[in-house]
Amino acid sequence: MNAPTIPIRPESQKSGAFEYICTRKDELIGWARKFSLFPYPFVTACCGMEFMSVSATPYDTDRFGAALPRFTPRQSDLLMVVGTVTHKQAPILLKVWEQMCEPKWVLAFGVCATSGGFYNNYAAVQGIDRIIPVDVYVPGCPPRPEMVIDGIMKLQEKIANQQHLIVNDRF
Amino acid sequence: MSALFDRIREALAPKVGESSVEHGTLVLRIAPGALLDVVGALKEQFRFDLFSDVTAVDWLGREPRFEIVWHFYSTMHRLRVRIKARVAEAEPVVASLTGMYGAAHYMERECHEMYGIVFAGNPDLRPILLYEGFEGHPLRKDYPKEREQPLVPYRAGFEMPSGE
Repeated sequence: MNAPTIPIRPESQKSGAFEYICTRKDELIGWARKFSLFPYPFVTACCGMEFMSVSATPYDTDRFGAALPRFTPRQSDLLMVVGTVTHKQAPILLKVWEQMCEPKWVLAFGVCATSGGFYNNYAAVQGIDRIIPVDVYVPGCPPRPEMVIDGIMKLQEKIANQQHLIVNDRF
Repeated sequence: MSALFDRIREALAPKVGESSVEHGTLVLRIAPGALLDVVGALKEQFRFDLFSDVTAVDWLGREPRFEIVWHFYSTMHRLRVRIKARVAEAEPVVASLTGMYGAAHYMERECHEMYGIVFAGNPDLRPILLYEGFEGHPLRKDYPKEREQPLVPYRAGFEMPSGE
């Protein structure tokens, strides 16, 4: 018949850690989002080799919360366009980007995705920003893993400082 | 090696113009009309069973303008033959090899879209690397090298390339 009792520590024994946090709502959302990037690798060319090396153990994008590639655009929020995009491929890139849910960001990986690179001819798009909006450009042919990590950190900075649409007068 | 080449030259002498051996490859210059006879003999008589490639060269300013180049390999003799024929810009037509080599389907499609050569007898000359609606032939020397033909309208702030 003894009802279980919930032990309540007296006020004097509380450690104090994580009892209260004081922050702004959009900063809290930004902090959570910048460490939970789910990349969609849109890999078309040789930069894909460098993408593999940057996401594997020695460089380890998991440290930035961007480790787990999702191979469907519906589950991802970071579109990494890795390599040359041709005019024939542009409608596919646009469709993938349109299928991603908000919030979403785009990283142009390598000089071809950034500006067409040394391809200036009938086939290559002169930068994917003609097709979709780009948040971070990482040039290089291919970029060093350190540059990609720097690009991800720049993107994290951008996410942390941007306005988040779910923060409104009801939240 | 040269013995077989000599036999080929002898057998095809009436249909072949100039011929030479360059880098171990027998080169035959023929009239476009003689193509099927020459290739048929190479395949059936001399066992050139592998069709490696067909492409074209645009000699802009010369007449006839285009030179079409075929490459064949014999897995039995381990030798290569190259055939060249010239066609004019006004009528860039040559016979298709699809009846003899299945691989000709795709290679002739590529040559057709890049140079505008028409392979009479190929049942499907749709674009293979390019897309439907692409105007012109990009590997011709008179195609403007920076001309683009986007499929997706550009975002605001970017000028669509003009169709030259």
